[in-house]
Amino acid sequence: MVREIGKYFIFLGHLFTNRETFKTYYKLTLDECVSIGIGSILLVALVSTFMGAVTTVQTAFNMVSPLIPNYVISQVVREMTVLELAPTIIAIIYAGKVGTGMAGGLGTMRITEQIDALEVMGINSISYLVLPKVVASMLMYPLLVIVAGVCALLGGYLVGTITGIISPNDYVYGIRYTFNEFTITFALIKSIVFAFLVASISSYKGYYTQGGALEVGISSTQAVTNSVIAVLLADYLLAQLLLSK
Amino acid sequence: MIEVRNISKSFGDKVILKDVSGVFEKGKPNLIIGASGTGKSVLLKCIVGLVRPDEGTVIYDGRSFFDGDRNTKTEIRREIGMLFQGGALFDSKNVEENVRFPLDILTTMPREERIDRVNFCLKRVGLENANKKMPSELSGGMKKRVGIARAIVNNPNYLFCDEPNSGLDPQTSIVIDELIQDISEDYNITTIVVTHDMNSVMGIGEKILFIYKGMKLWEGNKDEITHSGVQELDDFVFANKVMGSLRGK
Repeated sequence: MVREIGKYFIFLGHLFTNRETFKTYYKLTLDECVSIGIGSILLVALVSTFMGAVTTVQTAFNMVSPLIPNYVISQVVREMTVLELAPTIIAIIYAGKVGTGMAGGLGTMRITEQIDALEVMGINSISYLVLPKVVASMLMYPLLVIVAGVCALLGGYLVGTITGIISPNDYVYGIRYTFNEFTITFALIKSIVFAFLVASISSYKGYYTQGGALEVGISSTQAVTNSVIAVLLADYLLAQLLLSK
Repeated sequence: MIEVRNISKSFGDKVILKDVSGVFEKGKPNLIIGASGTGKSVLLKCIVGLVRPDEGTVIYDGRSFFDGDRNTKTEIRREIGMLFQGGALFDSKNVEENVRFPLDILTTMPREERIDRVNFCLKRVGLENANKKMPSELSGGMKKRVGIARAIVNNPNYLFCDEPNSGLDPQTSIVIDELIQDISEDYNITTIVVTHDMNSVMGIGEKILFIYKGMKLWEGNKDEITHSGVQELDDFVFANKVMGSLRGK
């Protein structure tokens, strides 16, 4: 375990040493941004819309006291979405989609000697292959989280108003009521950290794949499980660091 | 010239290479031969620096690869071209992009010049009209030829080929062998070929190193190989039915 963590940090160190020219990374990073961003936006939008809808219905179901005003439903949806559902739950989905792709791609490159080919050419393969993925992930994931937040609130609004759980005015009022802007900053800080963890851990697992097709599958699975554990751990640490009074 | 000095390598308790030394000369194919699992590919990986040996060193024209600083290693690596067993072509790039890749990354050559160089190398390996094909559209022999084109595109001083004939029919194997031999002679580069194909050995084996259980047992050329007097080498050479029938004569 300690050995593995040490190897991971050495791997991270190689991202920034003996690099190629900026122009090389620029194009690769843009390609990764398109692949990560465009490739994930539909899934993120779909999942977060339903997440917002379900949260609205379940919050309403738990509001049993007539003394609690209706707008509290959307206030709860807002807090849950911004603080936890959009950055963290979407990070788990992101690890499943983007992380497995990264691990599988790099693992296949490893077993078909494409990574060896880069090394023989004198190219730092870790930096060349992984740095654009990490940078693109850190650029695109916060945007996906913003999309997820908007879609979740929209999903809650649609379901809440269509089913008559809450009136449109109450929903909007609740969204705006006692809103603390720092929660957005906090969500974006979390999203950058999670994006780094998912991209770097998945790439690490894929890069060091040994064996054949079976091992590529194992690396992809490990990439998701390890990324999710790291995300949840980081989630707690960030909450403790930035939200505790 | 490449000189290998006292290379030893183990993975865990398993000893793969034991004190292997040899000199590989310029302008002709140098062959490393041996049965499967004897350590030929590990030796090649040690020579190109993909695997660090436990002991010993590799000298490229007077420059020690493993004892040198990072700049020396990068400098040597940029003079290397390598053909991998499966071609190791980048799946996401077409033939032209694959061959052009070393020029794009490692040189400041203008684009037109790079494309001219790619076309020249593809013509050299007999693939003039394959520029836009993807690796998935190529046959095994074509992949190897694209691999050779990529290996020579940057005018390397050293060319390494890992099992260039594996998975190929005898006729295509001969084409690949002749291509490797011609390239080595025309560009006067140091070429090392790892193989267990006796056709290659008898065709282009001007300098041969026989590896047996991680040790160098014999060194010579194709004319000497059939009467080496080394039992293990005889077993390897005459395991082939055609060679075996020649022995009978």
